[in-house]
Amino acid sequence: MSVAEDFYSAEEAVADYVAAQEQKDQLRFLTCGSVDDGKSTLIGRLLYDTKLIFEDQLAALEKDSRRHGTVGEDIDLALLVDGLEAEREQGITIDVAYRFFATDKRKFIVADTPGHEQYTRNMATGASTADLAVLLVDARHGLMVQTRRHAFIASLLGIRHVVLAVNKIDLVNFSEERFNQIKAEFEQFASGFDFETLQAIPMSARYGDNVTGKSEKMPWFAGPTLLEHLEAVQVGEHELEAPFRFPVQWVNRPNLDFRGYSGTVASGRVKVGDEIVVAGPAKTSRVEKIISPLGEVEAARAGDAVTLTLEDEIDISRGDLLADPAARPDVADQLAAHLIWMSDDALLPGRSYLLKNGTKTVNATVSEIKHKINVNTFEHTAGKTLDLNEIAFCNLTTASPIAFDPYEANRTTGAFILIDRMTNATVGAGMVWFALRRATNIHWQALDVNKAARAEKLGQKPVVLWFTGLSGSGKSTIASIVEKKLHLEGRHTYTLDGDNVRHGLNKDLGFSDADRVENIRRVGEVAKLMTDAGLITLVSFISPFKAERQLVRDMLDDGEFIEIFVDTPIDECRKRDPKGLYAKADRGEIKNFTGIDSPYEAPENPELRIENTGDPEVAAQKVLDLLEQKGLLTNSNFVSHGDYI
Amino acid sequence: MTLPEDRLSNLRRLEAESIHIIREVAAEFRNPVMLYSIGKDSGVMLHLAMKAFYPSKPPFPLLHVDTTWKFRDMITFRDETAKRLGLELLVHTNPEGLEKGIGPFSHGSSLHTHVMKTEALKQALDKYGFDAAFGGARRDEEKSRAKERVFSFRNASHGWDPKNQRPELWNLYNARVSKGESIRAFPLSNWTELDIWQYILTENIPMVPLYFAAKRPVVNRDGMLIMVDDERMEIKPGETVEEKMIRFRTLGCYPLTGAIESNADTLEAIVREMLIARTSERQGRLIDQDESASMEKKKREGYF
Ligand SMILES: Nc1nc2c(ncn2[C@@H]2O[C@H](COP(=O)(O)OP(=O)(O)OP(=O)(O)O)[C@@H](O)[C@H]2O)c(=O)[nH]1
Ligand SMILES: [Mg+2]
Repeated sequence: MSVAEDFYSAEEAVADYVAAQEQKDQLRFLTCGSVDDGKSTLIGRLLYDTKLIFEDQLAALEKDSRRHGTVGEDIDLALLVDGLEAEREQGITIDVAYRFFATDKRKFIVADTPGHEQYTRNMATGASTADLAVLLVDARHGLMVQTRRHAFIASLLGIRHVVLAVNKIDLVNFSEERFNQIKAEFEQFASGFDFETLQAIPMSARYGDNVTGKSEKMPWFAGPTLLEHLEAVQVGEHELEAPFRFPVQWVNRPNLDFRGYSGTVASGRVKVGDEIVVAGPAKTSRVEKIISPLGEVEAARAGDAVTLTLEDEIDISRGDLLADPAARPDVADQLAAHLIWMSDDALLPGRSYLLKNGTKTVNATVSEIKHKINVNTFEHTAGKTLDLNEIAFCNLTTASPIAFDPYEANRTTGAFILIDRMTNATVGAGMVWFALRRATNIHWQALDVNKAARAEKLGQKPVVLWFTGLSGSGKSTIASIVEKKLHLEGRHTYTLDGDNVRHGLNKDLGFSDADRVENIRRVGEVAKLMTDAGLITLVSFISPFKAERQLVRDMLDDGEFIEIFVDTPIDECRKRDPKGLYAKADRGEIKNFTGIDSPYEAPENPELRIENTGDPEVAAQKVLDLLEQKGLLTNSNFVSHGDYI
Repeated sequence: MTLPEDRLSNLRRLEAESIHIIREVAAEFRNPVMLYSIGKDSGVMLHLAMKAFYPSKPPFPLLHVDTTWKFRDMITFRDETAKRLGLELLVHTNPEGLEKGIGPFSHGSSLHTHVMKTEALKQALDKYGFDAAFGGARRDEEKSRAKERVFSFRNASHGWDPKNQRPELWNLYNARVSKGESIRAFPLSNWTELDIWQYILTENIPMVPLYFAAKRPVVNRDGMLIMVDDERMEIKPGETVEEKMIRFRTLGCYPLTGAIESNADTLEAIVREMLIARTSERQGRLIDQDESASMEKKKREGYF
């Protein structure tokens, strides 16, 4: 090794080099735009031209290009980035690739995102952590729906710096006119987005024109190359100028003498001695110590992962937000937000989802879709549900208040995700616009006459017996026998079923998925009030969706919800067909009929499953046996609260 | 406007991001574990975990999947590290593989890796019922890794579905899993090899001596320099054992890990060497060279 000799003499040089590297800042950006516009090729080009491709990787690339390449004999630079087997076979990008490169001026983390509409959520993933977007346009095709969608999502996610890369300029003879045309069209389209910088650059990712080196073929273009621009653009740090916010991640309690709160400073600064407030309870204290990865320090700033100790012992746990008392966040349980929907299962208003904001996770429902947004025209359209990749402005209600800022003011405390409670999938990305109603204004009337008192008076333990099953399975028949028997034993009961609810309270609802969800939500709320009144409530509703039954279960206290699955096979139900409904559905006269053209999701762990015995009396007895077994029928006049089972 | 000197430097930003991820896992999961593979990335990850919870200890154990073919120096270093830091260390070896005597020389690299690493890892995760496992993988290591989420969802049989990953926005990681499913968490996702060495240098993190150049006995086999680490290595006819100044860029099972000739015996020299390197660190790993898609395939089967 000939270089070996100057290794040791150069130790200091290395130390200097490392110190210089340390001072470099980092720019995170993404490439986006319509399918096949050359995003992956562009990243491949950047990596290649900045000499980041090692010899063994280059050899592999040449081999891959021969096998999967889309550019004849040349090496296909997109294959450097499209790393999944399926991507290489299909010649498209499916999911984000994160790649890294550096120049003398900066370090870059780039997310190469897919152009296909189907994978829009992966584009949003890449955009959520980026400071700048390189939006590609194929010079031949100009702006496409996907170009507009991506520009809109980038702007919605708070990206303030955009490069409009007019790519494949080689295929339009390096035409200045075409470039100006596309640039003008985009500037007009994006005028409402308030991007701080918008730089249009004509380029050819494939041949490298204006990517890292100036193109000789376009002397008419006086602007910077892409790399020059990426090295120079000042993206600012908005989170540093925002007020102090600190979502508590973890309470650090090694022994009785130390109680620290670990987390990442979401915005602003904090120093020893500063007053802080716990948003919500509004308790205040002062910062006693700040422990950073470097040891104890005097101050911390946005982006720092630290542990704070406070002067006073106050009750703080994961999910709490510490804030600057002079500029407090909103605390509310109702808010308006933009929502990007990312699941194949449509968003259903009224359905319960998990909402994660900062370090807090709560139950939440979308109470109303105010309007959907057409990404092409920005027109507002009405809608009852939200499908994959659609964007809407919504009202949300959370089960308990959360502390947040508008997304515009704070990209960390104003962001949330929605998680499906059944599949655990991440289904929505939200950006808070404002609080609808301050939580401080809501006080539940604290009544002395409460559920426990009422139950005690009635001498029973209130529960909800929830009968679910197909139409004609025998739910109502069984429920009515159970109610009679309970009544004879002196219990206080009430039955909710389609007949007394669908015709009154819910007569505005039909049988679409969205309406079915709302139907069950209302029935659940009524059952909850009945329970509060101390009654044993029997509900017989088809209630086909797991998520809604879970929603009702969650509304009630532990042990109050007893799910009874009347499991009669559909053929048997059809044979019985007491109301002639199956016959009608088969003739197509009824739409969305459960079991025919609308699904029934059977309970996995019901408290009781009644496999059809043919005799409703026997079935009813099973229900009563279960109640007996659970100790719900013991004649107690002393029901202590929280001791229902 | 922020002044340049007020900016978070590159390493400090990476460090904070990793600590955030580590804390998030500890706070959200019932039973997490940190995969400790003794190499430089594991070393950095462990160092970050110590910082994340200071003055407490990390609230999870370390797990080493021992194929029984690791360099002897690695095992010594592993035990010293756990002791020095006062952490619980779990070691798991696939008992069936052990019984059948599976090894890289007798059974080839891919069967060995499958049985002694992938299967062994799955056994260990099932045995202890871990619902989250930290790994020190970086996105810059390999092209399918570049596609992986920070919280990478694994189904009940530990498989990765690259075409259907959960969206992952901001730093809001989705930690929800059903019974049997799990998350592999990668706190070092956004670090590069150079970042790792710079951080080791700045923080002075102890490393296995094998990363530093020294005279060691090696055999040139199929174009790779394989170190003769114990008597299980048979010298084939025509091969000679030579003493060479060598070091390793990555560490694994000794029969599958190629050395490079080097004089770099200090951290500074290693960084310097990296800066002029013309091949990637994976070059030295026999198991990764079979096929372009081999890493993705292994990951779909449950490999880290
Ligand atoms: N002539 C020419 N072809 C280009 C240029 N840039 C990309 N291409 C070709 O366009 C095709 C698509 O390129 P990709 O980089 O895969 O496009 P993409 O935008 O990443 O596609 P998705 O990620 O699937 O949306 C490839 O065959 C490229 O070689 C360019 O500047 N000029
Ligand atoms: Mg692509």
